[in-house]
Amino acid sequence: MWDFFWRRLTGLIVVMALVATLVFFLTRLAPGDPAALMLGDQASAADIAALRAVYGLDQPVLVQFGLWLKEILKGNLGQSIFLQRPVTQALMERAEPTFFLALFSVLIAALIGIPAGIVSAVWRGRLVDQIVSALAMLSANIPSFWLGLLFIQFFAVKWHLFPVAGYGDPGAPLLERLRHLVLPATVLGLVNSALITRFTRASMLDILSEDFIRTARSKGLAEGVVIWRHAFGNALIPVITVVGLTAALLVGGAIVTETVFGLPGIGNLVVSAVLRRDYPVIQGALIVVAAIYVLINLVVDLIYAWVDPRVRAQ
Amino acid sequence: MAVASDQSAFKQDGPLLAVDTLSVSFRQEDGVSTPVRDVSLTLHQGETLALVGESGSGKSVTSLAIMGLLPRPAGFISSGKIRFQTRAKQTVDLAQLSFDDMRHLRGREMAMIFQEPMTSLNPVLTIGEQIAETVRLHLGLSGRALQAHVKAQLDLVEIPDAARRMDDYPHQMSGGMRQRVMIALAMACQPSLLIADEPTTALDVTIQAQILLLIDRLRRETGMAVLFITHNLGVVAEIADRVTVMYAGQVVETAQTRPLFRKAAHPYTNALLSCLPARAKADASGLRRLVPIQGQPGVFGEACAFAPRCPHVTAVCQTKPPQLELTDGGSVRCFRWRDLA
Repeated sequence: MWDFFWRRLTGLIVVMALVATLVFFLTRLAPGDPAALMLGDQASAADIAALRAVYGLDQPVLVQFGLWLKEILKGNLGQSIFLQRPVTQALMERAEPTFFLALFSVLIAALIGIPAGIVSAVWRGRLVDQIVSALAMLSANIPSFWLGLLFIQFFAVKWHLFPVAGYGDPGAPLLERLRHLVLPATVLGLVNSALITRFTRASMLDILSEDFIRTARSKGLAEGVVIWRHAFGNALIPVITVVGLTAALLVGGAIVTETVFGLPGIGNLVVSAVLRRDYPVIQGALIVVAAIYVLINLVVDLIYAWVDPRVRAQ
Repeated sequence: MAVASDQSAFKQDGPLLAVDTLSVSFRQEDGVSTPVRDVSLTLHQGETLALVGESGSGKSVTSLAIMGLLPRPAGFISSGKIRFQTRAKQTVDLAQLSFDDMRHLRGREMAMIFQEPMTSLNPVLTIGEQIAETVRLHLGLSGRALQAHVKAQLDLVEIPDAARRMDDYPHQMSGGMRQRVMIALAMACQPSLLIADEPTTALDVTIQAQILLLIDRLRRETGMAVLFITHNLGVVAEIADRVTVMYAGQVVETAQTRPLFRKAAHPYTNALLSCLPARAKADASGLRRLVPIQGQPGVFGEACAFAPRCPHVTAVCQTKPPQLELTDGGSVRCFRWRDLA
């Protein structure tokens, strides 16, 4: 078990090194100059050159890369060119809405997708299966921005149940801030539940045709026990992966949804940073998101080992 | 019309299990198919009946129908009775019981072991827990008594170091050990009927013999009846008191094991017997060759289903299906069995 953990951790370091390299050079490949963008059309070439020197942008790219890596290893993601503060601080300020949005969305998606998948596998081919499959198809194909606008129109504007947009005042109590997340999390949860439904259904169908399900029935167990304990206990294993991947993707910032609901999250931060060519912010955000992505995958693997004794043994 | 349901069904005490003209059907996209037709067989306490036939002859479907485990919703019993004598000495017709009523008999009074020990156990539960589950359900044991019972079951099937192996998962055991666990599981509540569906087919030859001995020992010790499904006549000779041979969904012959091996009445049984390596006849070159049974089963209804493959086929075999007729101590479904005797 620990062996497994350490091996995964080593792999993680390699992945992160690759990610850091990619992120740095991809960002530099984009045309445009942050100094020129900041100073506007009227700036003279000398002004721009001076500003470039302040941020070290006048040095060769490889030197910049080396300096950046050195700082990263010390835990310093650098200084935002545009926001006038450390990247770490900028990320921390934006982390809360993104974190809670991802958490609630995944919870909603799993709470819809897993039961729906089980029900449609158990009653395969029946009306309930057809309804669930149709709904899953529908929700997978609805654009989240459109569903978001629809939700705002009805739940916020017409019925005043939830706020239209934003994340409340920074000083507002946590519960008040979270109230702003109900609509966007429901939208993302619905849209993401489709994949989980399909995976759960397929996995359950697989398991339900296994020999050991017949064994469980031959013991005289109630059908509920057969489905829940014997079938779902096994079907869960691939479902965990999908839920984990969904979570990991959402941490990267649900950019469209954050924009529709005006949430000051990581997705929003990255979009504006890209528009301003704010290299340190783009790089820092991507590195952190990639690290979380890899970490979630590590957690998924650990859950795997916990659920499946065969993985544990390896 | 001389339709015989096995005459030994009416012994003094009554049989433990009497399957009477059972037909099993499956709903398919293009209609209903009936892979098991008018099957009758009986099984007494303490007896081993071998149900023999090639793949697709309907022997597994028959056993699943007895257990109430036909794949739902496609499979169903379309006619016939399955009379089973419960521990309370009541005779119930399993064909009429609901899935839920059957639950109280399954695992308690009748149990089943399957062909594939590698896939028949749940991979995420310990073997101890898988046995404990059924004991808890039917015998209501818990705590230490439950643990002791489970360990006793593993001891019974000769799993060494049972106390420790209870916490093992199936993947930590070999195929033979897993089949022992399956047997322990099936025996956990001391059923009066054990259905063994080709339990040795997937195992090494040496392990096969051990498993056969184990099943036979447990039968002798507990007095349970065993319905042993196999396509291997070598196994039949070792373990069975009586044999029922199935072909194309029907019973074609039932007989005591010894007379059957001496002289079978049905041409199909004889063909099966000549497939045994020990019975292969030497050809001109002195090599003993196995005799394959040529051809495919015929279409049901028009003629004897074995007619296309039968070496003794005559005109009458092509005109109508034969009925089951009584023989000395058994029955046979053949127009010509008297001529061939």
